[in-house]
Amino acid sequence: METIQKKAEEGITSEMMLVQAAKKGDLEAFSELVKRYDRNVFRIAQHITHNEEDAQDVVQDAFLKAYQNLEQFQGNSKFYTWLVRIAVNEALMRLRKRRNDRTVSLDEDVETDEGSIPREVADWSPNPEQLYGTSELGDILKKTIQGLSPGFRTVFVLRDVEGMSTEETAEMLGLSVPAVKSRLLRARLQLRERLAKYFKNKKGGDGQQ
Amino acid sequence: MKCTEFLKELTDYLDGKITEDLKVELDEHLHWCHECHVVMNTTQKTIEIYRDNKIYELPEDLRNRLHQAIMTKCRKSGTGKKSNT
Repeated sequence: METIQKKAEEGITSEMMLVQAAKKGDLEAFSELVKRYDRNVFRIAQHITHNEEDAQDVVQDAFLKAYQNLEQFQGNSKFYTWLVRIAVNEALMRLRKRRNDRTVSLDEDVETDEGSIPREVADWSPNPEQLYGTSELGDILKKTIQGLSPGFRTVFVLRDVEGMSTEETAEMLGLSVPAVKSRLLRARLQLRERLAKYFKNKKGGDGQQ
Repeated sequence: MKCTEFLKELTDYLDGKITEDLKVELDEHLHWCHECHVVMNTTQKTIEIYRDNKIYELPEDLRNRLHQAIMTKCRKSGTGKKSNT
């Protein structure tokens, strides 16, 4: 009972109260914000950079930048939305550096038609996840999402993995709502197409090699 | 309804963000179009697999180290200040 009550009390400490306290220099309050969101920021950074070292740097730099610029945070959006926007920009910067390519952006390869017309229409096994062990499945999922352009995989991760709304995702990425929707559709279809190779039902056969 | 029209609405359909009238039309298309049915099912499964099997979890020891590093940097930097005081 005690722990349930404790959790409820923690929940009451709203994000805004923590932000206000941190603005006044309360480091404990900021530390609480870091603990709330570090896992999410790390996951998003890993998805964009595909490099653990870069993702670690992104987590550190994003929180530091957020702390240094707290005064500029007006509270029109959620703190988390603002934080992710900083983290996404940091992650894209790292990706550019690693690829030595200044053109890496959320708009990269957006014009591609891949996946927009489904070619793979064989049904999947009833429980595709059970076809593989946990670590093998993890490798398949990583490899598959890595093949998507940064713009597509970032939208997919925020919307479908992190569970953000279309509007929040648009705000985090500085995109319009229709742009998020169109990227999300194509990201989902491309992933589906690529995963089919691993998950399709072999028993039925599709008559092709 | 053509398959291309169905595909255009797929994301909103899966997110449950369509009007009742459009849902009736899409369901009717799904009823007779096996291919769109498979595409819809496997797209749904794609989302579920990525949502349920979170890759790139932050290991607890690394998490602690990052937390310490962040707090040390914040302490040195101060909020809203460009230079150390």
